[in-house]
Amino acid sequence: MKIAILALQGAFEEHRQMLLQLGVESVFIRNLTDWQEYLAHVRKSREGEGGLILPGGESTAMMRVMSDEGLVAPIRKAILEGLPVLGTCAGMILLDDQHLGCMDITVRRNAYGRQLGSFQTEHEVKGIGIVPMVFIRAPYIERFGKGVEILSTLDGHVIAARQGRIFVCSFHPELTGDTRVHQHWLSGLS
Amino acid sequence: MEDRTQLNRNLAQMLKGGVIMDVTTPEQARIAEKAGACAVMALERIPADIRAAGGVSRMSDPKMIRGIQEAVTIPVMAKCRIGHFAEAQILEAIEIDYIDESEVLSPADDLYHIDKRRFRVPFVCGAKNLGEALRRINEGATMIRTKGEPGTGDIIQAVRHMRMMQSEIRRLTSMNEDELYEAAKELRVPYNLVLFVHENGKLPVVNFAAGGIATPADAALMMQLGAEGVFVGSGIFKSGNPAKRAQAIVKAVTNYNNPKMLAELSEDLGEAMVGINEQEIELIMSERGQ
Repeated sequence: MKIAILALQGAFEEHRQMLLQLGVESVFIRNLTDWQEYLAHVRKSREGEGGLILPGGESTAMMRVMSDEGLVAPIRKAILEGLPVLGTCAGMILLDDQHLGCMDITVRRNAYGRQLGSFQTEHEVKGIGIVPMVFIRAPYIERFGKGVEILSTLDGHVIAARQGRIFVCSFHPELTGDTRVHQHWLSGLS
Repeated sequence: MEDRTQLNRNLAQMLKGGVIMDVTTPEQARIAEKAGACAVMALERIPADIRAAGGVSRMSDPKMIRGIQEAVTIPVMAKCRIGHFAEAQILEAIEIDYIDESEVLSPADDLYHIDKRRFRVPFVCGAKNLGEALRRINEGATMIRTKGEPGTGDIIQAVRHMRMMQSEIRRLTSMNEDELYEAAKELRVPYNLVLFVHENGKLPVVNFAAGGIATPADAALMMQLGAEGVFVGSGIFKSGNPAKRAQAIVKAVTNYNNPKMLAELSEDLGEAMVGINEQEIELIMSERGQ
């Protein structure tokens, strides 16, 4: 199985490294041609296996390039048709009802303030256990619909959730040495 | 325990593949954000105007910086003078996201840089070779950029600095381990940093290009030379159509290896900043702060 990583801006290389550690192949999506080639690859593969990672970075920058490249509608369509997604930090923002609209959540950007509010901690994620968490100018989920399962709450704020095959978190599993979040998401794909 | 150095290096990782733009007003900041900037640098005068005006240039008015912080949701950076830790304290007090201890401003200390480990906010510093980069990292910088030659629109110095860093990195990676002690002495940096570069083939922090980038092709050139993102100072708001040029440079950084796309997005950008060649300038900013 080959995983697509949206590589418009941000920490996409770090996700590639996590997948490498887990022995999973990946491909960077920088433009519409890359995306079309990836979808063709998924269609040809056994049982249409695939998945998309939306990395951390600046969501406004990613959204800008996504719309200029005509990526918004095709990516949205693929996700709504069931392509599994892992969204971390800015990736979670991209999936909410104000952006791609793939998940029934509303995300509050920069919810912990500026860089001085960035922090590290360890906390429980349902189905995974206690994982190290890095929050960088992080968002959290401030509203979620009925179909959304809450996987982690920190100080009363939702920081990880799942809706169908979409997994999102406020923190950056790709910045720690811990591969369990990626592993957990990958195990749900096949 | 809270590890600010790590958190601050992590923020730089989030900026990778992006463009950081110099802005002087909230309106310019909004144009930059809309064009896809991953951060903005708030300053009263862009480098080209600092050059033109001459005289001592200092940290910007905190009120002006706050105006820009309120105008956008992306990270806001600001510059302080080399060695001027009081200016840095003021920038930390207004919760700036990144401080640029910058040779663009007049240096406040010709011997000592700021002890950046005493701060909770992150610092980015300029470097024109590996020794400078590692010395700044040792002082606590969590992001490096080439110095280039700011405010000129001339890419030659940024290219020279990036090539120098990359070739010195390659030299370290090919050394025997027993040669690293001497290399550390030559570079005037601690052994552990030299060992890191030897083992990993890169700096322990994110490395951007800066100083002279004026076109999408300039940005693509720097990315292909190994930059992880770019700063664009005077190049955008000194050009004919800032919004369009900004957007084109953002896309060039994402698709830096795709000449067909670069050709398309280099079309109809209007006039680039006039620029001055390195032989024509009187003040070499990159010689400040070694």
